[in-house]
Amino acid sequence: MVLLSVNNLEVAFPLRTGTVTAVRDVSFELNQGERLGIVGESGAGKSVSAFAILNLISKPGYMSAGKIFFDGICLSDLSESAMQQLRGNRISMIFQDPMMTLNPVLTIGTQMEETILAHRKTKRADARAIAVEKLRAVQIPSADTRLKQYPHELSGGMRQRVVIAIALLTDPQLIIADEPTTALDVTIQAEILELLLHLCSEFNMGLILITHDLGVVSQVTQRVLVMYAGRVIEQGNTSSIIENPKHPYTQGLIAALPEMTTPGEKLNQIPGVMPTLQNIPSGCPFHNRCKYVQQICRTTVPKLTAQDSRSVACHFPLEST
Amino acid sequence: MKDQIPNFEKGVLVSINNLYKHFNVSGGLLDQITFKDGKPSRKIEYVKALNGIDLTVQRGEVLCLVGESGCGKTTVGRTVMGLLSPSSGSITYQGKRIDNLSRNQLLPYRRKMQMIFQNAYASLNPRKTVAATLLEPIRFHKPELSNNQHKEKVMEVMESVGVDADWGSRFPHEFSGGQRQRISIARALMVDPEFIVADEPISALDVSIQAQVLNLLSDAREQRGLTYLFITHDLSVVEHFGNRVAVMYLGKICELGATKQIFLTPQHPYTRALLNAIPKLGKVKYSHEKMKGEVPTAINLPSGCVFHSRCLHARDKCKSIVPELQETPSGVQIACHGVVENWF
Repeated sequence: MVLLSVNNLEVAFPLRTGTVTAVRDVSFELNQGERLGIVGESGAGKSVSAFAILNLISKPGYMSAGKIFFDGICLSDLSESAMQQLRGNRISMIFQDPMMTLNPVLTIGTQMEETILAHRKTKRADARAIAVEKLRAVQIPSADTRLKQYPHELSGGMRQRVVIAIALLTDPQLIIADEPTTALDVTIQAEILELLLHLCSEFNMGLILITHDLGVVSQVTQRVLVMYAGRVIEQGNTSSIIENPKHPYTQGLIAALPEMTTPGEKLNQIPGVMPTLQNIPSGCPFHNRCKYVQQICRTTVPKLTAQDSRSVACHFPLEST
Repeated sequence: MKDQIPNFEKGVLVSINNLYKHFNVSGGLLDQITFKDGKPSRKIEYVKALNGIDLTVQRGEVLCLVGESGCGKTTVGRTVMGLLSPSSGSITYQGKRIDNLSRNQLLPYRRKMQMIFQNAYASLNPRKTVAATLLEPIRFHKPELSNNQHKEKVMEVMESVGVDADWGSRFPHEFSGGQRQRISIARALMVDPEFIVADEPISALDVSIQAQVLNLLSDAREQRGLTYLFITHDLSVVEHFGNRVAVMYLGKICELGATKQIFLTPQHPYTRALLNAIPKLGKVKYSHEKMKGEVPTAINLPSGCVFHSRCLHARDKCKSIVPELQETPSGVQIACHGVVENWF
């Protein structure tokens, strides 16, 4: 069953120097309980696409085109108060840096109860019981004492677990996690990812995981969107894209990983940098870094077209190997 | 270059001997005084960042230092560079002790040792043009050269790191992250150093740019015969780039040896956990070797083996006796009772 569907999303930022379109023509669907990854470099539009779902795009940015449906409701038509009912309730969000997300002057318990009381008519004592239950769900030992602690008393990994527990409080159907492990050490990252995987299957929650780390995507998600310069350039089943990328950019990203080269040899680098949103080249946005570039790539924007079980936006998609 | 060290004269370039670095964090006098049963007592606390580090860097090699945040890897780099003074222990450069030198005595070594920092935007002066930033070290260290020679050198180094020499009049904010890191590499290369401490040089960069900068670093090494002390938390980079690797935990080295050997057969429980935690492409299910608990603070170090509180194999001996770094038959040095006595 389709839980979320995003159709032709476009987000624009009117600036003094002219309007910048951060995201163009992004469409995807997410089924109930499905885990979707969005990968790309910084500035590719992955966070903006996900923030648009919750109407969290910072001003002056706005959604200039497209429709988003969640469980049959058209999110783009909702009033702000109706959106508040949904945000942090049926759709929760996890951000990158837990120290920035948690309020440093309130105890963990207060922050958790606050979330529940904002969305449910319930007694404070019951709210506390839910908080303890969710802290246990994220495997935090001695949950009762943790409720009385402040964020600074916890380690980075513990804080991120608390943030996840807060996201779970209202039993959401969808969690959007924006680089949830980027600020953490590898060993803690492994624990947090394992926890997210476990929670998604236990509560049948959908997950949108935004990351720049292809390794993380391949470990956690079932489907993946690869974004470049505000567009989706490839999407489909995660393992088939990782094993067999069809867009030259996806292929380049994977080939550039140190683990893909024999130790000591040169890495396969992609030349150049991603264009800034103000100077996206005509035609395919990747054409000036692409080693397979042809004349048509410089003039015509390739459409995202279905190919087997996935879609690729390239005039000359790579053959399966 | 593969995994052997290129053909430069071999030998120890830098040696770190029994290095300790403790930071006093007790604050002012009033912060130090606590009352117990009505009696005042003074408490002085230290963050024990480094606790007896022994390392040698061979000429021409890339020695990687890895570990989680807070394990002291950056402190090692900074102490070697003379940016921090050690609490005890010594550092020698080509056999000469450099940790107790005065600023003036250190100058000739500064020319041979340079550092690259993680965040190029923070380490470049935003109000100086790139050319001015690059001119400063060479004017300071090689005043005997003429102005034109200085400028030629700037052009030459900018070209060699892949930054257009015409952009010298631009400011750091006009460059992308990858370009900025190239400029800070150029700054380090300006005085033709022999030894570079690179502290997480690619962590702040995007994936497609990381490969470019790593390739640049290895080109520079081949062309100039550089020696690197490469500090990173990214193990896939270590496997690719390092000749030898030292794994650190709470200010101690727990495993040290040839990169190939350690990645093939990691032996220390901490190294194994660290290697298992890297998210690899394609491998879907997690089966990583776990650790229990969390990193203890470096203020109250655990007794015995610093890792015992997180180790799943710890026995009583680990809680009381500090394991020394010992060479195993495979040529790797390991500080673990379990490995030496074959518990696993």
